[in-house]
Amino acid sequence: MRALTWHGTHDVRVETVDDPEIINPRDAIIKITSTAICGSDLHLYDGVIPGVVPGDVLGHEFMGEVVETGKDSTLKKGQRVVIPFTISCGGCFHCKIQQYSACENSNPAEKQDMSATLYGHPMAGLFGYSHLTGGYSGGQAEYVRVPYSDVGPIVIPDHLEDDKVLFLSDILPTGWMGAENAEIQPDDTVAVWGCGPVGLFAVQSAIVMGASKVIAIDHYPNRLALAKQMGAETIDFRKTNVREALMEMSGGIGVDAVIDAVGMEAHGFAVDNMLDIAKQKIGIGADRAKALKQAILAVRPGGRVSVPGVYGGATDKFPLGALMEKGLQVRSGQTHVQRYTKDLLEKIDDGTLDTTFMISHRLPLEDAARGYKCFHDEQNEWTKVVLKPDMETT
Amino acid sequence: MRDDDYTPSGATLTGLGLALGGLAFGAFLARRHKGGSDDAPIYTRKSPPGDHAVVGRTVTIRKPRAELYEYWRDFSNLPAFMENVEAIKEQGDTRTWVIKAPGGNTVDVVTEVTQDRTNELIAWASTDESDITTSGRVEFTDAPGERGTRVSLIMAYDPPGGAAGRAIAKMFMREPEVQARHDLKRFKALMETGEITTSARRKDQTREAKQQENG
Ligand SMILES: NC(=O)c1ccc[n+]([C@@H]2O[C@H](COP(=O)([O-])OP(=O)(O)OC[C@H]3O[C@@H](n4cnc5c(N)ncnc54)[C@H](O)[C@@H]3O)[C@@H](O)[C@H]2O)c1
Ligand SMILES: [Zn+2]
Ligand SMILES: [Zn+2]
Repeated sequence: MRALTWHGTHDVRVETVDDPEIINPRDAIIKITSTAICGSDLHLYDGVIPGVVPGDVLGHEFMGEVVETGKDSTLKKGQRVVIPFTISCGGCFHCKIQQYSACENSNPAEKQDMSATLYGHPMAGLFGYSHLTGGYSGGQAEYVRVPYSDVGPIVIPDHLEDDKVLFLSDILPTGWMGAENAEIQPDDTVAVWGCGPVGLFAVQSAIVMGASKVIAIDHYPNRLALAKQMGAETIDFRKTNVREALMEMSGGIGVDAVIDAVGMEAHGFAVDNMLDIAKQKIGIGADRAKALKQAILAVRPGGRVSVPGVYGGATDKFPLGALMEKGLQVRSGQTHVQRYTKDLLEKIDDGTLDTTFMISHRLPLEDAARGYKCFHDEQNEWTKVVLKPDMETT
Repeated sequence: MRDDDYTPSGATLTGLGLALGGLAFGAFLARRHKGGSDDAPIYTRKSPPGDHAVVGRTVTIRKPRAELYEYWRDFSNLPAFMENVEAIKEQGDTRTWVIKAPGGNTVDVVTEVTQDRTNELIAWASTDESDITTSGRVEFTDAPGERGTRVSLIMAYDPPGGAAGRAIAKMFMREPEVQARHDLKRFKALMETGEITTSARRKDQTREAKQQENG
């Protein structure tokens, strides 16, 4: 089959690799019909996530048709399914309490040590996201092997086209959980850093959850315009003093909740951020947490800090004093996708959520490398890329 | 690859005044909660008490105690998740563990069960005829509420003396702590999910397949 493989920093290629096959009884094989490039993939592309091996097939946002099933799979051939990027066994303690992204079994035993050493506990298995999270072949490919296929995949009714439901695999539940973790109350003012797909869905979710005002922060005019279209007020951090603006826009109280939808590769030219960039480049692993640091200073005392943005290591000059002295609550994590798919599918179907507004480009899988480059280099215009294995190359 | 010339040297087989014959060694493991100033398991000590290595690990498995005990009690099941064990053969009171070694060879370790309390614990230790002095025990206790069963696997072994002994130790005991931890996690996965997790794309890329190939 054809698949997008990683070969090094800014080096991804579409190559021919072996087709996947059923290995365990609960497996299924999916023929991919749509798959997206995620901001998380850019962290792999930039080489700031450890444990990626040349030849690894990337991709964790995908859907398709069931073409083969193991004897204990509950799926049926021909069904259309969206696959959560978090792999969950359904049987362990964390799966039972719906903390699916902390599944204790989905990362193979022999692959758990690296993340256990880094984080104190092993991470769960994720598709196409380094050997820290299992080293699973991802979905930017023609076919994918889906383990525990009786737990994760959600079957899609025929009347809902791919583009409407594809993001159930990751960014829609991620934006939703980002807003949920902000524990939004009706009179709240909520600030969202980052107007990438995750930030845009967090904006939309916060509004659906009843926030009185949502303020979105980025520096790309087109992305800010999309946030505005979703009902947010905007701040361009290149032009405006963000903290001062947030204080004014929240009546001098400070925002009630903040959502960091930027993650470890925050843009910015402050001295500390440049130092962090340098450290990240020479591999001493300081995450560039500029947005998060700013968010912690901006949130009101007693406020909530939600962090869907991905971090992989440690960071310098973390405002620990502000966290304690202001009595903040912090919630974060890889998304517990399976917890949200059913409800969110209904909200897509009944029109509560618009899921296609951010798709800027649809490309054949063969053009995936160009998709990465443009999504990385031209973020203003390239807001979300969907790859289609069946699409004709132009 | 049984090395017939190998005889355990007495010096390496005593540590902390403990005779490391199978049974005594097993008894040593049973004392894991005693003799310290705190309640932590003995294998979590910063400096292990004795020459021999003790490794241990606990997992919580969402299954009833009886089911887990029963599965483990049938030693022929263990190779399903113990990656370096090819087979465990029962002969009367003893069991011969056929351990995989490099080059397609195997090493035999003969053990006997030293303790067996239904649904609570199983302990075993190598007999004198074994090349390697080792013992292990698995304990099953109820986890709170709906959480299932806490399963602790504790193993002790003594590095055998001499060049041949070291060679065996390397084969059998290569990173025993890592091995024990992975085995226990595979046991957990097998019990909770019915399968052993693999991230391979194809059958011939699984660890099992690769091991057979490297043999
Ligand atoms: N928690 C999860 O399960 C999960 C799932 C998916 C993605 N993510 C993470 O969410 C983050 C965003 O993903 P995405 O797909 O939207 O990525 P993206 O790269 O498309 O968007 C990031 C946006 O942040 C903006 N930004 C950069 N620095 C900023 C700053 N200092 N202040 C304000 N905005 C800034 C960028 O201009 C960009 O528009 C990534 O870190 C990604 O890894 C997490
Ligand atoms: Zn993603
Ligand atoms: Zn699980």
